[in-house]
Amino acid sequence: MNAEQIRKLIVLMAIWAALLLAPYWMAPLGGYTALATRVLVLGLAAMSLNFLLGFTGVLSFGHAAYFGLGAYGAGLTLKFLALSTPLALVAGMLLGGICGAILGLLIVRRRGVYFAMVTIAFGQVFYYIAFQWSSLTGGDDGLRGFSRQPIDFGLFKLDILTNANNFYYFVLFCFALAVGAMGFILRSPFGRTMIAIRENERRSRFLGIPVERHIWIAFTLSCFFMGLAGALYALVNNFADPRGLHYSQSGDFVMMAVMGGMRSFWGPLLGATVFVVLQDYLSSVTVNWMSFVGLLFVLVVLFFPRGLLGFFQRSKA
Amino acid sequence: MMTQLLLFNVTNGLIIGAFYVLMALGLSLILNLSNVINFAHGGFLVIGGYIAYTITPYVGFWGALLLAPLLTAIIGLAVERVLIRPLYGRDPLYSLLLTFGLAFMIEDGTRFIWGPQGKPVTIPPFLAQPLSNELFFITGYRLFMVAVVMIAVALLFLLLRYTRLGVRIRAGTLDLETVAALGINVRMLRSLNFAVGIFLAGLSGVLAAGQLGLEPTMGTGLLMPSFIAIIVGGIGSLPGTLVGGLLIGVASGVTAVFFPAASEAVIYVMMAVILLTRPRGLFGEEGMMS
Repeated sequence: MNAEQIRKLIVLMAIWAALLLAPYWMAPLGGYTALATRVLVLGLAAMSLNFLLGFTGVLSFGHAAYFGLGAYGAGLTLKFLALSTPLALVAGMLLGGICGAILGLLIVRRRGVYFAMVTIAFGQVFYYIAFQWSSLTGGDDGLRGFSRQPIDFGLFKLDILTNANNFYYFVLFCFALAVGAMGFILRSPFGRTMIAIRENERRSRFLGIPVERHIWIAFTLSCFFMGLAGALYALVNNFADPRGLHYSQSGDFVMMAVMGGMRSFWGPLLGATVFVVLQDYLSSVTVNWMSFVGLLFVLVVLFFPRGLLGFFQRSKA
Repeated sequence: MMTQLLLFNVTNGLIIGAFYVLMALGLSLILNLSNVINFAHGGFLVIGGYIAYTITPYVGFWGALLLAPLLTAIIGLAVERVLIRPLYGRDPLYSLLLTFGLAFMIEDGTRFIWGPQGKPVTIPPFLAQPLSNELFFITGYRLFMVAVVMIAVALLFLLLRYTRLGVRIRAGTLDLETVAALGINVRMLRSLNFAVGIFLAGLSGVLAAGQLGLEPTMGTGLLMPSFIAIIVGGIGSLPGTLVGGLLIGVASGVTAVFFPAASEAVIYVMMAVILLTRPRGLFGEEGMMS
């Protein structure tokens, strides 16, 4: 092992240690476990988006749709189909992923700013469906009347409903699975090809790489992960909100990824942490928090376009 | 009765479509030349409306109709100069995020300055009368709005067709590098083009204020249909945007007669159908979208 690998290993261990111990160090710092759970779920969403944005270089600005679909998928499953948390998660993931796969076919040929525009517009379709179909989705009030269920291991039951720490570790477990899968994919030949497309699409095409198919697969995978994050979010709140599908939520996800650092695997998690904590704080101290969040967008774009991690890495070099 | 209902909704659709057209043409101008999706476009509409509300007591309705869009365009120029100009040539992601944040700030800012309650805007009394009892829904103001939109669109197309600025904007849309190589000040061109787009947003703000009254959130609802008007009409084509805007306005108006819940969803269905059958949009150039 050379110095670089050792450094990476130490960083990785530090991240996981911080996540594993979060319920114990959050409280003394003035946080609470539920906030840590929310950071984790939104961090997973931002990392799923960045899977596409940072590693394939495709700008999707409508990813909240798949997040929200995951949330409704999980909520509807718990409410109408079966009282099973794992089943709800799978249902949310499938709903987000399959809708992403279908719409992906329509949009993979667009590039750059046009890709963004079409993804925003298609994302809004699901917002309107959730908003209008009130008999099923609860409309503007959101989907209520379900709650996460204890997980039955046969020998014992894990109470994730009332015990905040248990739920945090359950979410962390799901997070670890998803993040592990993402890391594995990015390390595979397919992941390397995604990065090749990001760096130079034309050259990749000349090498015989089916660019459209790869972008479609990356988009679909990203939507699956997004669906899982959304399903977890529904469990966090025992509630699914149509605003979770709205394009302004997509903007928040893109912001988390950019603010943390799009080019780094863990950047979006850092971005989500800063964003969620800041929003939580701002909305508690001022009614004009929207202006401050907007200002944050403007300042990050103008002064930290490479994100926090990018900024630190550059100032070190 | 049925024909009257249908006529009512088609008229409604055309009027909404006229708003979409004004918004979408401005967005389209900026998108085509500068590759910037202006998320704050709805915000500029709101600014235009509130400026009109503020200056109407001093300059009257007719003065506000002209002055408010101009003042909005000047604000737009300043925004372009300070915030958006540094982002040209960077990944379009950044201008998208910046204008997205700007939209938040404008919405919250108008709420801070003018308060969260809606504001009524007085229009000249002779415009407020309906034309007849049968056609109660066609008020003078609605006809007037459509007329103003038509005049504005005609002027825009004349500007683009016959003036030096317009020719340069059109040339820059096709090949900005060559335009720059010919010694034309591209920065200035982008600024003026941005201002023209914002002027149109401000104008729709004034017109909407007279019809619907003012609210800080009124711009957001018009943004998405304007995007769809551009995609349906074909990116890169202003006549396409014009047709697209009217088309989706009428389509959602007619759908409202038969299936009210779907009146918003129908425009997305139209977009999906267009993208499947004719990916470049109705009037788009081949390859413009990729």
